[in-house]
Amino acid sequence: MYDKFIPTAADYVRFAPEILLTVFGTLIMLIEAGRKEDQRRPYGILSLIALAGAIYLAFPAYNNAGPAFQGMLIVDGFGTFFRVLCYVAAALAVLCSGQYLSREKADSGEYYSLILFSVVGQGVMVTANELLMVFIGLEISSIATYVLAGFLRDDQRNNESALKYFLLGSFATAFLLYGIAWIYGLTGSTDLSLIRAALGSANPPNVILTGTAAALMFVGLAFKVSAFPFQIWTPDVYQGAPAPVSAFMSAGPKAAAFAILVRIFMTAFEPIAARWEPILWVTALATMVVGNFAALAQVNIKRLLAYSSIAHAGYILVAITAQSQIGISAVMFYLAAYTFMNVGAFAAVTHLAGKDEKYVNIEDLAGLGQRQPVTAALLSVFLLSLIGVPLTGGFFGKFYIFKAALDSNLVWLTVLGLLNSAVAAYYYLRVLVVMYMQDASAEVPAPKPVSGGILVALVGSAVATVILGVFPSVILNFAGKSGTLNP
Amino acid sequence: MLDTFFFYAFALLTVAGAALAVTMRSAVHCAVWLIASLLGTAGLFLMQQAEFLFAAQIVLYVGGIMVLFLFVIMLVNLEAAARERQMRKRWPIALAGVLLLAAGLARSLEEGIRLPAPRPAPEAAAGNVQQIATVLFGEYLLPFEVASVLLLVAIVGAIVMAQREDAR
Repeated sequence: MYDKFIPTAADYVRFAPEILLTVFGTLIMLIEAGRKEDQRRPYGILSLIALAGAIYLAFPAYNNAGPAFQGMLIVDGFGTFFRVLCYVAAALAVLCSGQYLSREKADSGEYYSLILFSVVGQGVMVTANELLMVFIGLEISSIATYVLAGFLRDDQRNNESALKYFLLGSFATAFLLYGIAWIYGLTGSTDLSLIRAALGSANPPNVILTGTAAALMFVGLAFKVSAFPFQIWTPDVYQGAPAPVSAFMSAGPKAAAFAILVRIFMTAFEPIAARWEPILWVTALATMVVGNFAALAQVNIKRLLAYSSIAHAGYILVAITAQSQIGISAVMFYLAAYTFMNVGAFAAVTHLAGKDEKYVNIEDLAGLGQRQPVTAALLSVFLLSLIGVPLTGGFFGKFYIFKAALDSNLVWLTVLGLLNSAVAAYYYLRVLVVMYMQDASAEVPAPKPVSGGILVALVGSAVATVILGVFPSVILNFAGKSGTLNP
Repeated sequence: MLDTFFFYAFALLTVAGAALAVTMRSAVHCAVWLIASLLGTAGLFLMQQAEFLFAAQIVLYVGGIMVLFLFVIMLVNLEAAARERQMRKRWPIALAGVLLLAAGLARSLEEGIRLPAPRPAPEAAAGNVQQIATVLFGEYLLPFEVASVLLLVAIVGAIVMAQREDAR
């Protein structure tokens, strides 16, 4: 009877990436404790090694796909895809962080440890097959991100950002947890497949109560993906947080939250799909409209990107509303493209913001086309991809989303979504106009040449964005294969 | 009969304590009522023969966490905050939401909730604590272990936030 106390080798293989990241996260703190002030700080390099190792270990885990630890986790194509995506997003954020932290004189090991722990939480979330694991993973990821948002403790904007994010985020998590408790009471289980079996059985629990439980969980997850009407925190938090942290927040935790939203609603709540479709429909449309129209009026580029990330969450919700295998593949492809273009744009902002993030207004980018043609060109690639111009990942992302929506007969949602992305073109193009058509103002000093990690992150993201736009099949084949979620 | 009486007594303590915890003005009073509410929950656990949860609830929540709450409340000057206008302007919306939820719940109670069949009764031989151990370190081993990462992150976060500048 004691067999089940000892995890099998397969369990460890399937959980290896997270184990590695936890070990490195702890190791960084131990190394920092033994370092003197003037010694070199290899934490960024160590984090990159850890993330590269985790990506490497995700593949043997995938080749050994299956449930792990008594069905607590399920390693499948879908989970592996998002796992790797979160690792890549974190690696890009780490690349941007080194220079930023030394510029702000805040270089320390805890920053990198927290990023690694946050990624551990996201890895747990996207492979979770149990609501308990979802909750623990979400909390690890969120708490680490709350602290990162306020990492420069003496900066007022950082404090505001962290406090708002923490208070509202804890509130949202409480909703999720309450929903989980209801589901446990109604179905007697927190295992996604067993919940599905209970809801789909001949004698399902009362539908009003199930609906309330699903709604409570949706509120918690909608907050994390900043869907309307739970998006209000996003601009303030992204604006106040350190720029590399905003880059990270807008990609990793968001992708993980979308992954688990899709997994819960497409497996556990699949038997009541017809009931939550209208809710998703309205949420998707409202999120797109609010994000795009509020972005039109922004003068701060971090706020602009925050509203744009709300709008993109709306597009992704359109694909989830489609409730089909091709819809799931579209979500996966879009989040991959979105990660590269959005983190890329934030990487450029990280570089251009200057010390204390003084230059974060769109006007401060004037004349960048002459001053730094390379940075301007790379930022243009990201902005064009965010618009959805052909030959960029953003184009195919939108294309597959609206194709999935049309296949599921969501004609009106598709039309309104397309109109929205036309509106979006205006505010992205305005940034391009300022960069290339306006003369540099004398008040803004010319930015230093880009170097080191930020350059790697910029070029890497730009190359990935273009590759996804020219050869979408590299990701799409895998996404198409993994779009089936086995209950 | 006596069971029913105790159930309602503990339930009343739980609900009334929770309601007072969010409506009292002084933070200390709120915390004390929360303790009452947690004690009520502990009583409900005891009535379900969950002795371990009953003990853990009292030792951890009432004894540990709430005392910490009170310490923090007394260390931080909350007098000024209590005098501020509280955020109660939106109460009609909240009330509407609560009434809507209550109506829905009443409706579904009328229909009958149709809860799942209770799980088979645990073996009488093993004690309550032993059964919890079997489940916790067997089926729920991974959540138990991963929760330690959660605690680690929370501790690191608290230190990062509370560290004094010259200690950096």
